[in-house]
Amino acid sequence: MNDSTQKKSWWQRLKGGLSRTSSSIGTAITDLVSKRRLDAAAIEELEEVLIRADLGVAVAAKVAAAVGEGRYDKSVTADEVKTIFAAEMEKILAPVAQPLVIDGSAKPFVILVIGVNGSGKTTTIGKLAAKFSAEGRRVMLAAGDTFRAAAIEQLKIWGTRTQAPVIASTAGADAASLAFEALTAAKAQAIDVLIIDTAGRLQNKAGLMGELEKIVRVMKKVDASAPHAVLLVLDATVGQNALSQVEEFSRVAGVTGLVMTKLDGTARGGILVAIAAKHRLPVHFIGVGEGVDDLSPFAAGDFARAVAGLDG
Amino acid sequence: MFDGLSERLSGILDRLTRRGALSAADVDAAAREVRRALLEADVALDVVTGFITTLKERAVGVEVIKSVTPGQMVVKIVHDQLIETLGATADPIDLNAPAPVAIMMVGLQGSGKTTTSAKLAKRLTEVMKRKTLMASLDTRRPAAMEQLAVLGQQVGVDTLPIVAGQTPVQIAQRAIQAGKLGGYDVVLLDTAGRITLDDAMMAEAAEVRRAAQPHEVLLVADALTGQDAVNLAKSFNERVGLTGIVLTRIDGDGRGGAALSMRAVTGKPIKLMGTGEKMDGLEDFHPTRIADRILGMGDIVSLVEKAAATIDAEKAARTAERMRKGQFDLNDLREQLEQMTKMGGLGGLMGMLPGIAKMKNQMAAANLDDKLLKRQVAIINSMTPRERRNPDLLKNSRKKRIAAGSGTRAEDINKLLKMHRGMADMMKAMGSGKRGPMAALGNMMGFGGGMPSPEEMQKLAEKMPGGLPPGGLPGAGGLPPNMPGLPKMPGGFPGLPGLGSGKLPPGFPGLGKKK
Ligand SMILES: Nc1nc2c(ncn2[C@@H]2O[C@H](COP(=O)(O)OP(=O)(O)OP(=O)(O)O)[C@@H](O)[C@H]2O)c(=O)[nH]1
Ligand SMILES: Nc1nc2c(ncn2[C@@H]2O[C@H](COP(=O)(O)OP(=O)(O)OP(=O)(O)O)[C@@H](O)[C@H]2O)c(=O)[nH]1
Ligand SMILES: [Mg+2]
Ligand SMILES: [Mg+2]
Repeated sequence: MNDSTQKKSWWQRLKGGLSRTSSSIGTAITDLVSKRRLDAAAIEELEEVLIRADLGVAVAAKVAAAVGEGRYDKSVTADEVKTIFAAEMEKILAPVAQPLVIDGSAKPFVILVIGVNGSGKTTTIGKLAAKFSAEGRRVMLAAGDTFRAAAIEQLKIWGTRTQAPVIASTAGADAASLAFEALTAAKAQAIDVLIIDTAGRLQNKAGLMGELEKIVRVMKKVDASAPHAVLLVLDATVGQNALSQVEEFSRVAGVTGLVMTKLDGTARGGILVAIAAKHRLPVHFIGVGEGVDDLSPFAAGDFARAVAGLDG
Repeated sequence: MFDGLSERLSGILDRLTRRGALSAADVDAAAREVRRALLEADVALDVVTGFITTLKERAVGVEVIKSVTPGQMVVKIVHDQLIETLGATADPIDLNAPAPVAIMMVGLQGSGKTTTSAKLAKRLTEVMKRKTLMASLDTRRPAAMEQLAVLGQQVGVDTLPIVAGQTPVQIAQRAIQAGKLGGYDVVLLDTAGRITLDDAMMAEAAEVRRAAQPHEVLLVADALTGQDAVNLAKSFNERVGLTGIVLTRIDGDGRGGAALSMRAVTGKPIKLMGTGEKMDGLEDFHPTRIADRILGMGDIVSLVEKAAATIDAEKAARTAERMRKGQFDLNDLREQLEQMTKMGGLGGLMGMLPGIAKMKNQMAAANLDDKLLKRQVAIINSMTPRERRNPDLLKNSRKKRIAAGSGTRAEDINKLLKMHRGMADMMKAMGSGKRGPMAALGNMMGFGGGMPSPEEMQKLAEKMPGGLPPGGLPGAGGLPPNMPGLPKMPGGFPGLPGLGSGKLPPGFPGLGKKK
């Protein structure tokens, strides 16, 4: 699949989501500005339109304020508003839209994948494995979720699908030891990219966060520079709590980049704008489906336009 | 990270020095903050808007009592309305259908359906003693069926054997069939996660529903969900049809606004909460817990309770004032009786006072129970407002009507009236004393003219090991020595009438008289 068709397919999906969402942002903006001239109350309502996309109150206020600049008491069109919205959000998002660069000098390049329960870690790992394999890299997966029922089997299926070997122990085993083992094996087998799955955990659970810290610590014993990337997987459906997920996981495991999944649904994932404004963490990929190809590089402009409800 | 609602409100409302009722302007100002707070807690915009409209209608004209700030007053109103919207009473899983009762779980990807299925199966088996079968209809997610099978083993619940190549509808039919043949009480159907935009998948869920005829269709949704909650709940309700909602990941630190959104747009009760990955992490829904989170204050409960206690104390003080003026009518009596019930009945009230256990036993012996309190309130409730203000109106025909209305007998009404009259007379007599009832009471207890402080009250109680002498405590022989105008008593409860007399008000319910 070449880049432009892939881009189109997720873009189509995002658009699809918007047009079929009855309370879509685009409609809301049209309703709002067609009625009157811009005043403080109108700006506030525009703010709320953005809140509806999960931008959060503070960032929504900032983005909406841009519409007010020099336009008070004037009438504006819905398209103008959307364009300003998109431009403002793109301004915030552009600096964080960074690809995940695999440093070839790291052998293996270790990617630790973390996040709250059910956010899409294991699936994203499957997609990443396919992508890296397609790039001609030798990929290995480590089944570090030793807690959840059949999590190991799930990763093994992704391993089979992508023809990547999977290092696994048994359910209930120590995740840090498994990571250690996998890293040692990957080194021995001249693997290019080792991706480590972890059990989902809520960021307010100190014990489980401590385990994550331990996984990182133990890996450093084999390779002081590992993990080379720590990807936090965020579910687009989640609201303001995503901010605290970013904060806590960063604190404990040193997150280096984000992936946002489930953007093929009706959730707009606007919280990413708030996260970008606050943390400036790179956003590498978005997940747009359950299939192996449903992963796209994060594109700030497209994302901003989708959140603003702008067509194509 | 977030400002609690009360801090925000105190910023704008507490500048108002004016007391009395909340004006429309006050409420408008407060409503803006409430709106923001709810949005920050992930309550969906449309739901917030509806909520605020109701809030305004309710709050305008509400009297702000002296001891709480207008901000706290609004917080309390918001809190109450939240609980009401969330559904104040627990709505359990309904198994009232011919066996096997099918329960179907639906929801977005990764919301917790499979885990919740197993938790629920465990509860049905262990607590409710239902023979349960689980079946995975998830033919899509890698290892989804294995996941349910492993969990089934963990909790000791049977799972339908996996047959490759069947469609979800076929599996559902096979599960129901196996449920019938195997003598199962409940068949739990776990389905694949699906986005609401996926027409084929939504249609499939609807088809499964038609095929399996589940008695419960539960939407399993993440408590961390943001603004999308409205969409997803609405779609699942419209396309598949829901009977209830399960909120997972309550053990996280999300604000939980999604709960309010989903409940509001579907009208379907939130039945259960998932409180962890482990199999025992399932609880009945607690609306207060969610309401407290949405308001964003760990201490909101205590704050609201404090406010409520203060409200009660002020009411009591007002009653005391009326008593002093000899205006103690049946409304006041009802308030006093309701207070007693609220404080956990007579038992609870007595339990709060140190050294009073013995007296409690005596009261139990005297058959003065909470049912009696409720009955008396019922009697007063069956009166017209005019009758309550003016008990002299109550002649035989009216008494008959009230007895019928409250499910009591005329003699019960007579007893109540007699009690009221006795109390009113006594109060009037005391009130005519120069320094009022408090002073009179203080004198009798040896505090000179002043009011005893809570500490002094405590000391007094400690000085009397084994309880107070029966009937010897001023304050109506055995009733807690707590009275209107003393709002800071330990436990903060407002007073009972019956002050200062060494004897019982005549005919006080059941006391001293064995039935
Ligand atoms: N629609 C959609 N579904 C996704 C996407 N990514 C993952 N999923 C689905 O979300 C569900 C959970 O995904 P997993 O990969 O198992 O999530 P996880 O984070 O590994 O979950 P735990 O290990 O249980 O914490 C599965 O049903 C996936 O198929 C996506 O981008 N879009
Ligand atoms: N902390 C916490 N985790 C939960 C709770 N309920 C489920 N989980 C976790 O959430 C993740 C997803 O749960 P699943 O039961 O697999 O979710 P699902 O809805 O069946 O997922 P799909 O079948 O992929 O759509 C797992 O890691 C569970 O352990 C809960 O109440 N609290
Ligand atoms: Mg996983
Ligand atoms: Mg499942």
